Amino acid sequence: MSKTEDLIRTYEARLAEIEARLARVETAAVPAPMARRARPAGGLRLGVDVGGTFTDLLLLDEAGGRIFTAKVPSTPADSSVGVLNGIEKICREAGIKPSEISEVMHGTTVATNTVLTGSGARVGLVTTKGYRDTLQIARSYVPGGLGGWVIWNKSLPLARLEDTIEADERLDAKGHVLVPLDEAALRRDLAKLRDRGIEALTISLFNGYVSGVHEARVAAIAAEVMPGIPVSTSSQVMPEMYEYERTETTVVNSYVRPVVAKYVANLQRELKAKMGDVMLQILRSDGGLSSAQAAMDQPVNLLMSGPAGGVSGALWIAKNAGFGNLLTFDMGGTSTDVALIEAGIARTRRETRVADVIVRAPSIDVRTVGAGGGSIAYVPDLTKALRVGPQSAGAVPGPAAYDKGGEAPTVTDANVVLGYLPSDAKLGGDMEIRRDLAVTAVQKIADGLGVDLETAAEGIVRIVNENMCGALRLVSVEQGYDPRDFALIGFGGAGPLHANALSRLINAWPAIIPPGPGVLCAYGDATTRLRNEASQTFVTTTAATSDRELGDMLRALATRAAEDLEGEGVPRSEQDTLYQVDIRYQGQGMKLTIDMAPDTFAREGIAGIAARFDREHEQLFTFALDAPHELVGLRAVVQGAEKPFIGRDYGTGGADASAAAVQKTRVYADGGWHEATIYDRARLRSGNRIAGPAIVTEMDSTSLILPGHTGVVDKVGNILIWPAGHAQAR
Amino acid sequence: MPAKIIQTNTTPFTRVTVDPITLDIVENALRNARAEMDAVLFRTAMSPGIREQHDAFPMIANEQGKMVVGQFGSFLYGFMQGYEGTIEDGDIFLTNDPYSCGGAVSHLNDWLLMMPIFHEGRLVSWSAMFGHMTDVGGKVPGSLPTDAKMIYEEGLIIPPTKIYRKGELNAELFNILLANTRMPEWNKSDFLAIIASLRLAERRVRENIQRFGVDSYISAMQDMLDRNKLAMGAIIKMFIPEGRDKASHFEDWIDDDGQGNGPFKIACTMWREGDLAIFDFAGSDPQSLSSINFLLNEEMFKMFFGAFTINLFDPQILFNDGFYDLVDVRIPAGCILKPKKPAALSCRTHMLGRIFDLMGGLLGQGAPDALNAAGFSDSPHFMYSGFDRDGKWFQLFQIGFGGVPGRPVGDGPDGHSMWPAFTNVPNEFLEAYFPLRIRTYATIPDSGGAGLHRGGNGITIAYEMLEAGEISIHDDRWLTYPWGVNGGEPGMRSTKTLVRADGTRENIPSKCDRIKVGPGDMLHFNTWGGGGWGDPLQRPADKVLADVERGLVSSNGARRYGVVIASGAVDARATEKLRAEMARARGETKLFDRGFENLRELKARAKKETGFEPPVDPVFFGARVAAE
Repeated sequence: MSKTEDLIRTYEARLAEIEARLARVETAAVPAPMARRARPAGGLRLGVDVGGTFTDLLLLDEAGGRIFTAKVPSTPADSSVGVLNGIEKICREAGIKPSEISEVMHGTTVATNTVLTGSGARVGLVTTKGYRDTLQIARSYVPGGLGGWVIWNKSLPLARLEDTIEADERLDAKGHVLVPLDEAALRRDLAKLRDRGIEALTISLFNGYVSGVHEARVAAIAAEVMPGIPVSTSSQVMPEMYEYERTETTVVNSYVRPVVAKYVANLQRELKAKMGDVMLQILRSDGGLSSAQAAMDQPVNLLMSGPAGGVSGALWIAKNAGFGNLLTFDMGGTSTDVALIEAGIARTRRETRVADVIVRAPSIDVRTVGAGGGSIAYVPDLTKALRVGPQSAGAVPGPAAYDKGGEAPTVTDANVVLGYLPSDAKLGGDMEIRRDLAVTAVQKIADGLGVDLETAAEGIVRIVNENMCGALRLVSVEQGYDPRDFALIGFGGAGPLHANALSRLINAWPAIIPPGPGVLCAYGDATTRLRNEASQTFVTTTAATSDRELGDMLRALATRAAEDLEGEGVPRSEQDTLYQVDIRYQGQGMKLTIDMAPDTFAREGIAGIAARFDREHEQLFTFALDAPHELVGLRAVVQGAEKPFIGRDYGTGGADASAAAVQKTRVYADGGWHEATIYDRARLRSGNRIAGPAIVTEMDSTSLILPGHTGVVDKVGNILIWPAGHAQAR
Repeated sequence: MPAKIIQTNTTPFTRVTVDPITLDIVENALRNARAEMDAVLFRTAMSPGIREQHDAFPMIANEQGKMVVGQFGSFLYGFMQGYEGTIEDGDIFLTNDPYSCGGAVSHLNDWLLMMPIFHEGRLVSWSAMFGHMTDVGGKVPGSLPTDAKMIYEEGLIIPPTKIYRKGELNAELFNILLANTRMPEWNKSDFLAIIASLRLAERRVRENIQRFGVDSYISAMQDMLDRNKLAMGAIIKMFIPEGRDKASHFEDWIDDDGQGNGPFKIACTMWREGDLAIFDFAGSDPQSLSSINFLLNEEMFKMFFGAFTINLFDPQILFNDGFYDLVDVRIPAGCILKPKKPAALSCRTHMLGRIFDLMGGLLGQGAPDALNAAGFSDSPHFMYSGFDRDGKWFQLFQIGFGGVPGRPVGDGPDGHSMWPAFTNVPNEFLEAYFPLRIRTYATIPDSGGAGLHRGGNGITIAYEMLEAGEISIHDDRWLTYPWGVNGGEPGMRSTKTLVRADGTRENIPSKCDRIKVGPGDMLHFNTWGGGGWGDPLQRPADKVLADVERGLVSSNGARRYGVVIASGAVDARATEKLRAEMARARGETKLFDRGFENLRELKARAKKETGFEPPVDPVFFGARVAAE
C-alpha cells in the first residue's frame, strides 16, 4: 500500500472522528428520533451473524487494513448477551476498545424463526366489508398432486378470523371512493379487537394498492382506540395488486413486528451502553441494509436476512478472487440455501418464502431445499426406492455419529461411513465422530436396498446432491442461465463437503471453498453496501406513456431514495443509481424486472426497456410476442460506494502442500476405496496444490476434494477445486 | 395404420441394469423437469384460466409413449396408433378432438400438444401438455354451450395435426385456428407458452441422456414404470375385494343437463380377479342429448385410481403408467361416460368432477376409516362477455371453488380446490381488467356438512356488472347433496341469485347461457360445501365454539352438532342434554348420508326447497344403443 493512500486513510479517519463527534452533539441537541448522523468514514465495521448454535463476528479495520473473526456460543434467551460476549472477545484480539467500532451490521434470523416457530404476535386484521375471509380462502390452492387434498391440513391464518373485522368502505380499481368509511362502526369494532387482546394490527383494504386514503384514516382511528399497538397498513408495506398476497404480507409484518422490534431495540440499547454512539444496521432479505428503525417498522423485509448475509459474503469473497458469476451453496444441518450471482450482482425476486408462508417482499432469490447434513434417509417398503429427507434429525437427536441419541441414518452418517468426515483425525471442533454408530445406521439402508454398506452410503450422498442440484437448477437453468458459466461457492457447516460433487454434477467450476466457511455470513454482513430504494406501482401500456413522463417519475423516485441514503450518511457523490422497471406483455401474469442505468435510459428510453424485455423473455421462455408491452412498477435503487477489500495474508508457498498434511486416511468414492490425505487448513499457503482425494479440516468445517480433482489455494485463501486435467489445476 | 416414426438411427436400445440409486436420480431429475414446465407455462400464458387458475397439465413419456411423470396418464400410445402420417424430429402435434384421442382431452377447449423428443436420430421420449383455451369458437362465448346437441356447435375441431413440421410452425394453419376464436391473443400466447414448456422438457431429457447415457436413461424409465406396477399390485390386493360376489358398488348423480332433464346417474362396480382390478361402469345412464356427456378415457381413470391410493404409501413417488395392465376399466359404449360421436361434450366438467366422489365412495366403503365425504367435485364456470362502452370486446372465464369434504385427517378447508395446482383469480385483478366489481368474496357459514370433522364451507361471490353483456353459468349439486359419511351430514347445495339494478331478484338455474345483464346487476354465486365426516355429536364443543367465533358456523348452526351457545360461550349442561336427545332421536349413524331417500322423494321437494321445478327423468335416445 502506498504512502499517499495511508495518509488519505488517516486523514479520513480523523475527519470521521470529528464528524462523529459533531453528530453526537447534533443528536444530543435534536431530540427527534429521526435525527440523522453522518457515517464516519474509515471507522471500524463489525459484522455479526447470530446462528442457532454460534454467534459469528467479523471485524473490518479499513484504515489499518486488518480483519478479525470470532466465534462464541449463541445465547438464545437473549441474543444480545452472545453478541456482547463476541464483541468483547474480538476487541480483545484486535486490541481495540469497543467504542472504536462505528458501525455494526447484523444479519438476523429472528424474523424467520418467529414465523417458523409460530411465536409471533396475536394480529388483528381490518379488511374491507365482504373480504373478511381473504386469508381463510387464500388462493384456494391445495398442495400435492391429484388427491393431494386427502392428506393436506391447512394451518390457521396468522391473523385469526375471530380477530378480523370489516370496515364498511370501498375504493374502486382506480382508487376513487365508492363507499365512504363508516368511522363510528369502525371505532366500535376496533375497541372490540383491542379488548380481545391483540398485540399488533394490520389494515389491508380492497384496492388499497392504488390508494392508501382509507387505510391511513383507519390507522389514525386505530391509534386513538388502541394506542401503543403497532399498526401496519398494506399501502405502506406492499402497495401491489392481489388482495390475498398483500394482506398476507402485511399480516406477516405485524406478526413478526413486536418480536423483531423488541430484539432490535434491545440490541441497540446494549450496544450503545457498551460502545457509545454506534450505528446499528440490519441486513435485509434483498441484500441491502436497513436502519434499525426501518427494520423495526417493516420487519417483513428481514425474513431472508440470514441467508442474504451468506450470499453477500460469498459475493465479496469471490469478487476479490476474481469471479463475477457465481452459484452460492450454503448447506446446513436441516436445509440448504442456494442463490445466483451474475456479474457481481445477486439475482433478486419480489417474493420471500419461509416454510409455507409466502410474502411479497423483495429478497435475494435464495431457494431453500429441505436437504442438509441431518436429512434422514429411508426406504419405503412398497416401492423400495431410496429417499432422503425432508425429515431431519436436527440438532437433537442429530446424526447417529454424533452419539446424542440419534439412530436414523443421515447424510452426515453417510459422509462418516465414506470417510469424508474422518473419525480418526482430530477435528478442529470438539465434536466427536463415532463411525461405528454411523455404520449401524447406514446399514439399515443397505439392508433395505439389498446393497453393501458403502454403496448405500454413497447412494445417500448422491441423492441428497441431486436434490440440491434441483435447487441450483431453479436459480440457474430455469432463469435461463447456463451453470457452466458459473463458479460454485460452498459454505455453511456442510457445504465444503458437497461442493466438489455438485460442481461436477452441474459442471460449474471451480468449486470455491472460502476461508472460514462457517463465518461467511458475518463477512457478508460487514461488507454490505448501504442501499435504499423507492418504488411505485405504475400500470400502463408503453404506448400510453412517454419517455418524458417515465423519466420524470424515475428521477423523482431516485431523488427520494438518494435523500434517504444521504440521511444515513452516504454523500451523493458516493451513490450509484439504478432504475428498475417491471414490465410484461399486456395480459401476462408475471413480470420481468429490467435494470437500466439512468444515462442508458436517457439514451434509449422506453423502447430500450421494451427491447431488453423482449430479449430476456426470449432467453427465458424461448419466444417473444408482438403483443403490447405493459409497465407494472417502477423503482430506483441507490447504493453507497463499494468497500475496499481487506483480507488476511496467506503468505506464498509453492505448489507443495505437504507442510499442511496431517495424516493419511481412506475415502470411498465412485465405487471404491482410495488412499487420501488429511490437511490442516491453517497451515495451507497461497499457491499450494492439493491432489484429490483429500480432506481439509479447519475449526468449523471440513472440505472434501474428490479423486481426479485438485485444490489450489488462491491469493486470498480460497481453495479452488478444479478437475485434475483443467488448465487451472496444472 | 399407425404413424410412421422416422428415425435416422435405428439401433435398438439395450436394456441395461440401472442401479437403484441412479434410478432415483433420474426420477428426481424428471420430477424437476415437470415442475419447470409448470413454472414456464404459468409465467408466460395470458388467459386467466391458465395463468391464474393453472388449468393445464404437463407430462413426460418414454419412447413408447408411456407417461413417466405427469398427472393424467398417457394418450400417446393411442395417438401413435391412430395418426396417419410421419413422426419426425422437430414435429409437434396438436389436437383438441376428444373422439380422435379416446377422450385424452374431453372437450374442445383443451388443446393438447405432443412433441416427440429425439436424440441422435432416435425417438427417446415424448413431452406433452394440454391447457384450457378460454375460447375455441362455437355458438357461445367460452365455447361451452349448455344446449349443444352436437360437438360441431362447440367450436373448431382439430384432429391430430402436425402444427410444427421439423421445427417450423405451420403458420397458415395456426392462423385458421386463431381466426376461429373470440380471444386470439390469449390463445396465441397460451399456445406459445405450452410450446416453450415442451421445448424445456426436451432440453432436460437430452441433458439426462448426456449424464447417464441413452440406454441407462431408457432403461431407467422402464424401471420406473415397473416399480409403479409392483407398488400398485400390492395396493390393489390390499384395497380391492377378490371375486365378483364380494364386489363393491357405488353410484352418484349430476343433477341435470340444463335442458330440464335429470339427474343422470353414474355407477361403478369394483372387484378383483387375481392381480387384475376391474372397474365396471355398467348401470350408468345412457348418453345425454345435451353437452354434459363426459368421454372418460380408460387410462385416465386408472390414473385417478392409482394417484388416490399410492399417495398414502409413498407420496414422493413419481406416478406413471406402469401399472395399467393391472386394471381393467369397462365402460359400456353409448353410456354417458362413453358417448358416441357426434354427441356434444363441452360441459363435461361436472361429470369429470363427480367421478372423484364416485371413486371415493367406491374405494372407501370397505375401509370407513379411510373414507372421505363428498366434496367440491366440480369446476363450476362463470362467464361474462360483451362489448364495453368503448366498443372493446371483453370475455371472462372463471372457475369457482367450494368446500373440501371432512376427511379422516381433519376438517375440510373452506373454499379450496380439489384439483391439483388450481388457484382462484384475485378479485383486484378482475376489477382492474374486467368491467366488474366483486362486492363480496366470503365463505358461507354452515354450508359445510356437520361432522366430527366438518366439511369445508362453500364460497359466496357477489359480482356487480358494470357493462351490458351476457353471462353463462355451469354449476351442479343444486338438487342432490354432497354426501356425508360415517355419521357426518351432507353439505349445503349451490344457489345462484341475480339481483337486478332495480332490485328485482331472480333465481338462476345451474346451467345456462346468454343471460342478459346490465350495469348495476349483481349476481350472487354460492358454491356448495363439503360433506361432514364422522358423528357431529362427538365434535369437541370448543371446536364448534371456535367455528362460531370465526363466523364459519352460526350459533344456530352449532345446534347441528348438539352444541348450545349462549352469550358467546358453550352452555355445557344444555349441550349435554341436547346431544343426548339428538342421539336418541336419530338412532344408528349412517355410513353414507345423501340427504334423501330416493330420487322421487328428492324431486317432490325440489320446488319448495330450491325454487325450481325438478328436472324430468331423462328419456334417452341412447336407449336404442343400450338395447342393441
